[in-house]
Amino acid sequence: MAVIAAAIWFLAHNTLENMRVRGIQSGFGFLAQPAGFDIGESAFAFDSGEPYWKAFLVGLSNTLRAALVGIVLTTILGTLIGIGRLSRNFLVRGLCTGYVELFRNIPVLIQLLMWYTVLNGDWLPPASEALHPLPGIFLSKSGMSFPVPEWEQGHGVSLAGFAIGIVVAWLYRRWARSAFEKTGVARPMVWPALLIACAGALLGWLAGGAPTALEMPVRNDLNVSGGGAVTPEFLAVTLGLTIYTASFVAEIVRSGIQSVSWGQTEAAGALGLSRAQALKLVLLPQALRVIIPPLTNQYLNLTKNSSLAVAVGYPDLVSISNTTLNQTGRAVECITILMAVYLTLSLVTAALMNWYNARSAIRER
Amino acid sequence: MSSSIEEFPMRTSTLQVIAATSLALAAGTFAASAYAGKTLDAVKQRDQVVCGVNTGLAGFSAADSQGNWVGLDVDICKAIAAAVLGDAKKVKWVPLNAQQRFTALQSGEVDILSRNTTFTLTRDASLGLFMTAVTYYDGQGFIVPKKSKITSAKQLKNAEICVQSGTTTEKNLTDYFKSINVKMKPVVFEGFEASVKAFFAGRCQAYTTDASGLASIRNKEAPKPDDYLILPELISKEPLGPMVRRGDDEWFTIVKWAIYALLEAEEYGLTQANVDQMKSSTEPPIQRMLGTTEDTGKLLGLDKEWAYREIKAVGNYGEIFERNVGPQSALKLPRGLNNLWNKGGLQYAPPIR
Repeated sequence: MAVIAAAIWFLAHNTLENMRVRGIQSGFGFLAQPAGFDIGESAFAFDSGEPYWKAFLVGLSNTLRAALVGIVLTTILGTLIGIGRLSRNFLVRGLCTGYVELFRNIPVLIQLLMWYTVLNGDWLPPASEALHPLPGIFLSKSGMSFPVPEWEQGHGVSLAGFAIGIVVAWLYRRWARSAFEKTGVARPMVWPALLIACAGALLGWLAGGAPTALEMPVRNDLNVSGGGAVTPEFLAVTLGLTIYTASFVAEIVRSGIQSVSWGQTEAAGALGLSRAQALKLVLLPQALRVIIPPLTNQYLNLTKNSSLAVAVGYPDLVSISNTTLNQTGRAVECITILMAVYLTLSLVTAALMNWYNARSAIRER
Repeated sequence: MSSSIEEFPMRTSTLQVIAATSLALAAGTFAASAYAGKTLDAVKQRDQVVCGVNTGLAGFSAADSQGNWVGLDVDICKAIAAAVLGDAKKVKWVPLNAQQRFTALQSGEVDILSRNTTFTLTRDASLGLFMTAVTYYDGQGFIVPKKSKITSAKQLKNAEICVQSGTTTEKNLTDYFKSINVKMKPVVFEGFEASVKAFFAGRCQAYTTDASGLASIRNKEAPKPDDYLILPELISKEPLGPMVRRGDDEWFTIVKWAIYALLEAEEYGLTQANVDQMKSSTEPPIQRMLGTTEDTGKLLGLDKEWAYREIKAVGNYGEIFERNVGPQSALKLPRGLNNLWNKGGLQYAPPIR
């Protein structure tokens, strides 16, 4: 321990000393200075006069946005394809195998560049001549613009209604489960819960005066402005990461399901469960125990791979850090921040997944 | 080498920054004082000048079809190699992208950074680097497709503008649009090639970089150069020139005067073709420069024919300009600000005496 600590201290001390001698300025003080550059897309308003640390936050929010959307989509797509690989239908099985073999064997950076090239291809017009397939929707090389609701008081009530709906749905599920354990009557769990949550949101929206004002995007001589927009950079990153990681997730799901012994399937059949029911009630819960630890790895990979976004012009954390590095020359500091942030993100993801794993693990009784 | 950097911008640059940073750590660990005044010795010992250049900017530094580096920035390094080592070919070229360049120089990976780099206060005062002399006076501009009917930067309201990261360009862009109170959206790419490709694919309504760079990409990268218009506004001052590490004053002085000598040569009419004849000139400034009377090289730690060899190898500044970027070249850039001071430009070298 002492040796390691001494080595780290020596390296850090030496770096600082050498940088000082060479006249390279160091320190994290620059974070409070105004950034002076604009950022193309951001989850919250950012002005170039605001400090560097806020620019870093914008980068982090963009990274998280891509990673979270990617993780959700990857899980869905990966699970479907993993199950598809075990299908009794030859075509489905073949397609899913082909998907896995194709996408997991091509480097992810190449895939990102490919999707970006596709999204910038000649099949889409430039922004000044954006396609207008539906009212309020514009499609072009600058991405897709769509109407977004203008924020009003009523939306707050709607959100509150949705939150109440979720609580009620949770209560319903608890009641349904205990009723099932007592009486053996299996009530559907998923659809009613979803319905309750949505009904809550709808009631809240009505109670809030049913606001319908939309901010519509408008096409002008130059491009499309206003409304919400998904940029091709964001699409390329999430699409590329999702499709790549889903091929690994599919294999994990398949191996997880196959790890459950064949006797379980037969037993489920003997009890008169349909194939879908057997999958949902018998196979997946047991498979999850095998699936979750490697799945965590894939989530971590996806988050870390999102740093490749800079190659296609998506303003993620790495992109912001690079710009900052170049404007301030604080290479060591910027790389340190990058490493610390990705380490934190990975540890948090791992902690959450470990918690979930502990919950779904076999409880020895 | 350069193609791998183009195709994998993210990987190379961040890795190289990390690598260079750790190199700096390692170098510091083992030889804490090896940097002071030692560049000239190191260059002589390895018989090679290591020169950091752009990965590919036609006219300034780009590899030609035979793999030889050509361009204005490249010729500066050749001139220095000729002055110091007596042979313009004794240069090792290290193509660097915008992000890697300063770390590469700080860590000692290159002896000189000759890569269309703008001189600014922050860079001069906080990077541990020194600017030498300006080799090209530039300014930032915009290029747009003619189809868009835009004729002034002020019309770029709400436009998406493609730009390369790691440059002064990003900040100028923001400053300019803030000052004219117009909103725009930058689309920032790490790699130069990626940003240019996205613009020509139609992702952005405009592209911005130094005016010389705009001429270069329009000439080399545009599917049809005539379909694109360079807007008249120049929104910044971009004095470009080579940089060296701090703490080695001898090397700094050599690089600076090697550039001045090229300017002086033009002023006194010394060219690649006539420099041998001029050795018999009786004009004192020419005699001093070519080392026929005084030995100016001794003061720099070089021999007396240092400037003669430079001119013999690459010609004077005017010839370098004409050959690489001038009206006769593919880029067709006017001499403008880069003319000599006595011909209406800004290029002014302190006297060699």
